[in-house]
Formats: sequence, C-alpha cells, structure tokens
Amino acid sequence: MRHSRVPRWWFAPLGLLCTLAIVLLAGCSGPYPQSTLEPRGDFAEMVDSVFMKTVYLATVVFILVEGALLWAVFKFRGKPGDPDPHQIHGSTVVEIVWTIIPAVVLAIVAVPTVETIFSTAKVPTTSTDGQPPMKVEVIGHQWFWEFRYPELGITTANELHVPVNRTIDLRMKSNDVIHSFWVPQFAGKRDVFPNRETRLWFTAKVTGEFPGACAEFCGTEHGRMDFYLMVDSAPAFQAWVDRRHADSTMQFNGMPMHPVVAAAGQAPPPVDTLVAEGQKLFQSKGCSSCHSISSMHVLTVIGPNLSGIGSRKMIAAGWLPNTDANLRDWIEHTQKLKPDVLMKLPMPVSDAEVTALIAYLRTMR
Amino acid sequence: MATTVLEPTQTAAYAKRSVLVEWLTTVDHKRVGILYGASAFVFFLIGGLEAEVIRLQLMKPDNHLVSPEFYNQLFTMHGTTMIFLAVMPISAMFFNFFVPLLIGARDVAFPRLNAMSLWVFILGGLFLNFSFILGAAPNGGWFGYAPLSSRQFAPGVNMDFWMLGLQILGIASLAAGVNFFTTILNMRAPGMTLMRMPMFVWSVLVTQVLVLLSFPVITVALILLTADRTFGSSFFSFSAAGGGSGGGDPMLWQHLFWVFGHPEVYILILPAFGIVSEILPVFSRKPLFGYSAMVFSMAFIAFLGFGVWSHHMFATGMGPLADSFFSLMTMLIAIPTGVKIFNWIGTLWGGSLQFRTPLYFALGFIAMFIMGGLSGVMHAVQPADLQQTDTYFVVAHFHYVLFGGSIFSLTAGAYYWWPKMFGKMLDEGLGKLHFWLMLIGFNLTFFPMHFSGLLGMPRRIYTYPKGLGFDGYNMASTIGALILAVSFMVFLYNVIRTWRSGEHAPADPWGGATLEWSIPSPPQEWNFAVEPMVTEKDALWAMKRAAGVRILPEPARVSGKGIHLPSPSWWPLFTAIGLLIFMTGIMLKRPWAFPFGPVSMAGFAIAAFSIFKWSYEPVDHPTSHQAH
Repeated sequence: MRHSRVPRWWFAPLGLLCTLAIVLLAGCSGPYPQSTLEPRGDFAEMVDSVFMKTVYLATVVFILVEGALLWAVFKFRGKPGDPDPHQIHGSTVVEIVWTIIPAVVLAIVAVPTVETIFSTAKVPTTSTDGQPPMKVEVIGHQWFWEFRYPELGITTANELHVPVNRTIDLRMKSNDVIHSFWVPQFAGKRDVFPNRETRLWFTAKVTGEFPGACAEFCGTEHGRMDFYLMVDSAPAFQAWVDRRHADSTMQFNGMPMHPVVAAAGQAPPPVDTLVAEGQKLFQSKGCSSCHSISSMHVLTVIGPNLSGIGSRKMIAAGWLPNTDANLRDWIEHTQKLKPDVLMKLPMPVSDAEVTALIAYLRTMR
Repeated sequence: MATTVLEPTQTAAYAKRSVLVEWLTTVDHKRVGILYGASAFVFFLIGGLEAEVIRLQLMKPDNHLVSPEFYNQLFTMHGTTMIFLAVMPISAMFFNFFVPLLIGARDVAFPRLNAMSLWVFILGGLFLNFSFILGAAPNGGWFGYAPLSSRQFAPGVNMDFWMLGLQILGIASLAAGVNFFTTILNMRAPGMTLMRMPMFVWSVLVTQVLVLLSFPVITVALILLTADRTFGSSFFSFSAAGGGSGGGDPMLWQHLFWVFGHPEVYILILPAFGIVSEILPVFSRKPLFGYSAMVFSMAFIAFLGFGVWSHHMFATGMGPLADSFFSLMTMLIAIPTGVKIFNWIGTLWGGSLQFRTPLYFALGFIAMFIMGGLSGVMHAVQPADLQQTDTYFVVAHFHYVLFGGSIFSLTAGAYYWWPKMFGKMLDEGLGKLHFWLMLIGFNLTFFPMHFSGLLGMPRRIYTYPKGLGFDGYNMASTIGALILAVSFMVFLYNVIRTWRSGEHAPADPWGGATLEWSIPSPPQEWNFAVEPMVTEKDALWAMKRAAGVRILPEPARVSGKGIHLPSPSWWPLFTAIGLLIFMTGIMLKRPWAFPFGPVSMAGFAIAAFSIFKWSYEPVDHPTSHQAH
C-alpha cells in the first residue's frame, strides 16, 4: 500500500491566495454602476447597514473556524505506523459552549434584522424635500417596464425619471408573469405579480443615471429587461414633466403636428418634411398600433410607450445605447437583436423610410 | 469473525442467464447501487456539460454563443439534472450499496421495490433528457414558477417534460424512502441499537423522513400544474387567457414548491454529512466527537428545515411579520449546523491524521461548507436578502453548499468506498491531483460570483451589458469551470486505469470502524456469511479491540450454499416502463378532453399488470435464487 505524503504546508494558503488574487484583479474593472455596495438612497442604506454587520461577523467566524480546521490539519498529522491517539468520544461541556456561542452571535444579528424589516416595510410619510411621497406605478411586461405617474397623468417606459430627495412610493404589478424590479443603489428588489400589488419605496439622495434590471426569471428575454432610473434635480424633473404634458398636443391635435414644443409666445418652428414623413409612416407602417408616442391618456399598452424616445439614454429596454445606428438596427432587425419579443413589423420598411422614422422619433424629446 | 465454509445443499438447477438479463432483473442492493451510480455519473457529466456551455456564453458581455431560448433550456436542465439526476442518485448509490452492509443485513427490506426505484429513476432521467432531441428541453427554471409555467406562457411541450419528468422521479424517491426507512428500522443486526448505528445510516434515516414528508407536497403541486396545463384548471393562473377560468394564485405554487424545495436541499446535504462523519474518524484514528450531539443536531436540522421555506420568497412582499418569522427560523437552523462543523473539527483534533484521498475531500468539504453556510446566514437577513436574492450571490451560496458540500463529500465517499464496491484501489496520486484541481477550479468558478452578485448581476440572464463591471469576474468563473472539467477527466482516467490494471483491494484497506470492512472486497452476494453481533458503536473497531489487532485477518470467500436470497424479477422494470408510458400519454393528450388518452391507459394497464404479477410472484419459485 502506498504511504500517504503529507501535503506541503503552503499548498492550501498558496492556492487560495492565487484564487483571491485573480478574483481581485478581475475586480479591477470598476466602476460598478449597478452595485449594491454603494447605496445612494435611504432604503438601500438601511439594508447596507445590517448587511455590513453580517459581513464583519462572518469574517470573524470564518477566520476562527477555518483557522481551527487548518490548525488541526497541520498540528495532528500522523503517519501509518504511529500509535493510536487518545480515544475521546466527546465532551458535554464543550457541546454546550459551542451551541450557546453561535446562538448569542445570531441573536446579535437578529435584532437589527427585525428592526430593518419593519423600518423598510413602511413608506415614509414625508420626503426629505418636505413633499409627500410621489406615487409611481410599475407594470412589468415581457420584456419591458411600463411606468405611470397617476398624480401627473403620465405614462412612459424603460426610463424612470424621479426628483432627487423625493420619496418614491412604488405600486407594482405585472402584465403577465412574475418579474422583479431592482435598482440596487436605491432599494432591494421586489417581485411583481399579475394578481396582486406589491410595494417598494426609496428616496434618492444624489442625481444621476442609474441602471436597474429585472431580477426574476420571466422567459426568453429576461436577460434583456433592464431599465434606467434618472434622478433629476427638481427643476430638471419639472422640465421633463412639462415635456411629457406637451405630448398631448400631438395625440389629439388633428392638424399637422408640431412635435417640437414651441417656447411660450413664439410661433411653432416650420415642419421638417423628413420629420413629417416619419410621422406619417409611424401611423401607416403600424407602429402606432402597439406604441403610443404620447405619454398622456394612454389606455392600453402593448409595446413600450415611446414618449420622449428621442432623448432616452437606451432603447430595447435599457441595454442598447440610443444612437441612430442602433435605432435603425432595432427597427430593421428586431428579432435578431432580441429574439422572441412581440415586435414584428407588420409590413416591410425601406432604408429611406427608416431614416424618416428616426428623424421623427428624434424630435420626441 | 468466524469464516465457516457452508455445506453445499441440493438445489434445483439454476438456469443460465445472460449478463444483460441478470442486470435488468437484479434485486441485489449492491448491483442496484452500482447501476444508480453509473447512470447518475453519466447524468452528472451531462449536467456538467450544460454548465460549461453556460459559462462559455457568460464568459464575456453581449456574447452570442447560444440563443436566449437555448440558454434558458441549459440552465433549467443544469439545475434539474444536478439535483434530481446526479446528487440524489449518487447518494442513492451509497444508500443502496452500504446501508445493508453498515447495519449487518443481507439486503434491503423491499428488494424489488428497490429495483423499481432504480428503473423509474433511469427512465425518468432519459424522459427528461429526451426533450433535447426534440429541441424542446424544459426552459422555465428548475423551480418552474407560475404563471411562466402555464400553458399561456409556456405553450410548448418543454414544461410538460419538466412537470411529468419530475413526477416520475418523485415516485422513485418516495419508493426508496419507504424502503430505506423500513430497512434501517427493521433490519439492523442483533445488538445494533439506534444509538450504535453508524452516522451514515442515521443520515440516511433522517433523509428518508424528509423525503417521505416533502415529496408528497411536490407531487400534489405537480398534479395541480398538470391539471392547469392539461385539463384547463386555474390553480396557478391568474389570467383566463390560457383557457381556464383564471383567478388562480402564482404564490400558491411558490409556497407548495418551497415547502418541498427547502427540505429537498437538506435531502441533498444530509447524506453528505453522514459520509464525512464516517470518513473523519477512520482517517483520524479516533471516534467521531459527540456522536449523540451529531444525531440530535441532524434531527433538529431536518425538523427546522420544514419551518424556513419562505426564505426563498423574501422578495415577494409577504409583509414584515412573515419576513421576520422566516428570518429568525433560518438563523436558528445555523446553530445545529454549526454544532456539526465543530464536532467534525473536534474529531480531527488530537487525532493521528492519515492523509489519503478520502480525507482530502472530506477536509475540502468542511472548508467549503463553512463558506457556504456563512453566505447562507447572510441570506437569512431578509432586508439584505432583498439585494442578494436572484443574483449571483445566491448562485455562489448554493454552489458552495451543494458542490463544495455535497459533491466534495460524495467524491470522498467514492474514493473511500471504491475498494469495497469494486475490489480495486483508486490511484492515490491521481486522487490527490483530482482534489487540488477540483478545489482550485471550484473556488475560481464560484468565489467571484459573491462579488458579481453584490455588484448587481442578476441570475438566469443569458448575457449582460458591458460597463457594469461584471466582465472580469465572469471570465474568472469560466476559467475555473474549465479547470473543474479537467479535474473530472482526471477522475475518469483514474477509474478507467484502475478498472484495467488497478491494485487489488483487501477487505479493510483503511482500518475501518464499521461492518462493511469485515467482508471481502467486493462482497459476496449475501454480504455476511454469518450475521454479526454488535455490542457498541463503531462495531468493527470494537471487534478489533476485542481481538487485539488493528486489522482483522483477511476474510475468505466462502460458498453461500443454503443462504436464501431474494429472487431476481422482471416486474420492477415493467412497472417502471408502464409508469413512463402513462406519463408520456398525459403529455400527448392535448387539448383537454377526457383526461387519459389511449397511451396513458396502455401505460396504466402495463403498470397495473406488472404490479399484479409482482404481488403474486412466488417466494420459493422453482428457480428461486440460492446463493452459489
């Protein structure tokens, strides 16, 4: 029988150090825009606080227990011919001690856990900026996000604008299967269901653009169901709301439309012929049968609402940068980019027609 | 132990049977075990291949190696395969081969039922994988959440394969549950009280209790889903668009699934605990520290395991009371688990550690399971879990406990028990190479996932965009996965080389503490020529102490004439075939009309006929099996 050789003492630490090194080097690809570890809102900060407590405790436990294991492995190495060690069967005292210590450690974690559960369950009654919380309805669809502002009468999709320092009171549902709304820098995630409303809230403390994602497997394109949270300063948010309210002039004005909002007291700018043609194509090619170009008075949502599409950061639910080239690619080769989405053009569109459509969409700011 | 040569008795001529027929009709627990193990290993390699393709797809952002639809099939089948077709049946290989040996018995309580479980498992696994050939592998996740699994959102046959495949596999597990529960309670050698049983046997007993109590829940859930998908009900479908009346609740599925699903993960880990509890004492040359504490903590874990299921639903908005309850219960379960880890370290402490391959893997298990356990405690904090759940942080956690835990332990068991099963020693050098490659590959694959998860990478996504910082971690994971693949090739090479020209194994190569090491390697068909008498736990060490030796003299291979063994039978296999046809028929019977079409009725008839013949199969058939 072959004799065992005791492993070189430095195998285990070296192996793990190499692993750690690779991992940390791999990590040198920050920044991390979707990270849970840099909270910028109150909900996420409360969560982070209790999470970091568990991280510190877990690190201590890890060092102690793995340390004991490694110590035992090296201190008690034996050889085949060695005499038998002392045949101990156990120790009641030791059992009691090492049952009570973990219980105490867990009790230390349990208290802030329950506290945070209750504090995150309640929507605050006032925001940091003194205003009442703003209601936003979130409706998950396969595979995009619909956002409605009931107090403002606005419907939009895939890009959620909120004012900084305002508590957002999210009322969430699904149009079809279970999805999950997750914007990690501001709050944990919450699943959305077809048959009941779920709630979430957060208050953003800084302005900026923050990516979010669907976090519950929802079918073929679950991997491409992202969105962006745009935290605006109060004036910027108001400007956005005003632009959305101006959308109604396009929907119900039967006259040749002036998509660009005229400044007060000014005559509307002349209608660009390419833009006018694009506007006609938007109807005649069937786009408007699924997509509303206005955010106002939207009843049914089949495809994502396209209000403000011209200035959105991303298209195709938060992952394709909103450039003319990508917009063209999306219109002409939707199924290749995102297989199985509902969007299949009812009739062919030529390259020149796409140019006109894009010119029109670009004016929807 | 006495080795008597038994007098040959006059037996009826035993018809010469082909090798294939012998294996198809075997009811010998050792052969059933080997068939479990061989099939499970093949499924494990398939599941591993699925994982490798997943990792190649995720290696870089915006990758197009596979379509999103195929990716979803890959991860669904990877999870389903690894849980139901790999870990559980590899554990079943050890239950089958070693529970009778460890308790000093000649076979299990219900040998034909045992064979039926095996065939139902093999046919169920083939049924599930057959879906790939149709290009319609299950694609709704291994957990099959409603309403994604409903007809409306999963109109193809993919989820029918999943639903019916799992139902078939559940029947195999339930039958085995009944079998091993009865075997352990009723067939222990004289003197082997419950508190003198080997720890592995305890782990099997507790696991079977979990199976018997949790599998009926998934059975019911799958029946309700079958009713929704095939017969037009709406248990889980809220909308009426799928054809039913609507008004169902997707949350109902989640509760039913996880009331089964959480005990299921303890079903996956407890046998692994048992194996480690067998290996550590032998290679430390001292008894398991705290045997009673180990028994009670295991029972407590199993009991509490039924009280934590909604920690899988922390993001569903159950309300603060429910969230608090399940957080606290989940933390509670960490206590007996910690006790077990400390007792294992206590077993090593003060021992004389013999560094052979089984010990390497057992130590790897403890080290990796500690890490998986710690990330599990982090999940127990519901608000923190709102960030962690459905991200790669969870993927890291459960791979640390299921791979770092179960797979490392099952591998340890393979090296430990290989000599007894096959009469050959696996090569030590290759075993150690396997260990180091597996340890490094495993950590390189899964440790980075803690980070990518916390940095915002959700689960079950077929790709991810550039610029979120996930790229490096994913690349590291993919490299680790490739190293893991190499480690399994090393193991395969070891197996094949040993098969052809390996060192022959004695009865007791390790200085074992338990009864299986007292009989030849591999055992003769009847296991024990003479029933062992047990006076204390670690029965074989006790016998060795009484005889004043470290290793007993090599037992002779004797004639078993006169020992009656259960007769081989075709009926377990035919019952399994009938069941498979019945389930296939349900899938073919669409749209809904009379519930069971001709195929289902035929399957039912075959199964019913087989069970009838089985029940009336004579015990002392003229060609009744006498050991020869």
